[in-house]
Amino acid sequence: MSEESLNNPNISLAALKAGDRAEFARLVDATSNHIYRLALKILRDPQDAEDVLQETYIKALRALPEFEGRSSLSTWLYRIAVNEALMGLRKRRLNLVPVDEDPEEEDAHPGMVLTDWCCLPEDELLSAESRQRLDQAVDELPETLRVVFMLRDMEGLSIRETAEMLGLTETAVKTRLLRARLNLRNQLSLYYAERLTEKSSE
Amino acid sequence: MTEICNCKGLASTISEYIDGELPPELCAELEKHMSECENCTIVVNTMRKTIDLYKQPEPTNPLPDEIKSRLYTRLHLEDYLNK
Ligand SMILES: [Zn+2]
Repeated sequence: MSEESLNNPNISLAALKAGDRAEFARLVDATSNHIYRLALKILRDPQDAEDVLQETYIKALRALPEFEGRSSLSTWLYRIAVNEALMGLRKRRLNLVPVDEDPEEEDAHPGMVLTDWCCLPEDELLSAESRQRLDQAVDELPETLRVVFMLRDMEGLSIRETAEMLGLTETAVKTRLLRARLNLRNQLSLYYAERLTEKSSE
Repeated sequence: MTEICNCKGLASTISEYIDGELPPELCAELEKHMSECENCTIVVNTMRKTIDLYKQPEPTNPLPDEIKSRLYTRLHLEDYLNK
């Protein structure tokens, strides 16, 4: 988990376990925004994301006595949140394809757009409009690819951690990751190629 | 503008190459190919950049007030809501 993304002020696990409400409030304050955004990205529905947010802390409180602190508090909390969000997905029957069944293999190598847009300035690559396009491109990925890409590339989990969290083999994770990345690279290339054309005609 | 890359066999190794997880001999093979193939070089570079862009933290909007308020209420933390 990307520790930086949950800026975690030193929360005392001992205080939490002792039922310290103020400490619990500090934990919620430090982590709730990230957890909500994460759930929103997975579920794409504000109401469902809010449910996940609330359930995460309720489950965490319940599980706290057994938590031994082998991973950091934020990582632990975050796993609960991801699991909760994935359960939400399953409930909505947008089910993640089971382990050994890989979707649409025939499209594994789509034609590739070959524009080199790496030279575009950073403020253009990450303008508000560009960010919107990035979000849109992820949103349009098939569920099975989107979740893998999010956990691995956006949230910084390792291949193994992603596999564990999704109940997939590492090979399946790698395959899906590749397809997600190829797809996104293509989408972004189409978009930035337009920006390049606009620039050269200015 | 939209050319198609025909180096299909390589697509499957690009992702692992970028993650630094490709076995050394395949890595050498890909790098040799890239030195001769502009298309594959572009694909590798733009894919690396794509992943990079997605790793950039988004400008953080705070948790919407009404969501925060409902969360704190559900968790019986109302006393700490306005701190
Ligand atoms: Zn090539």
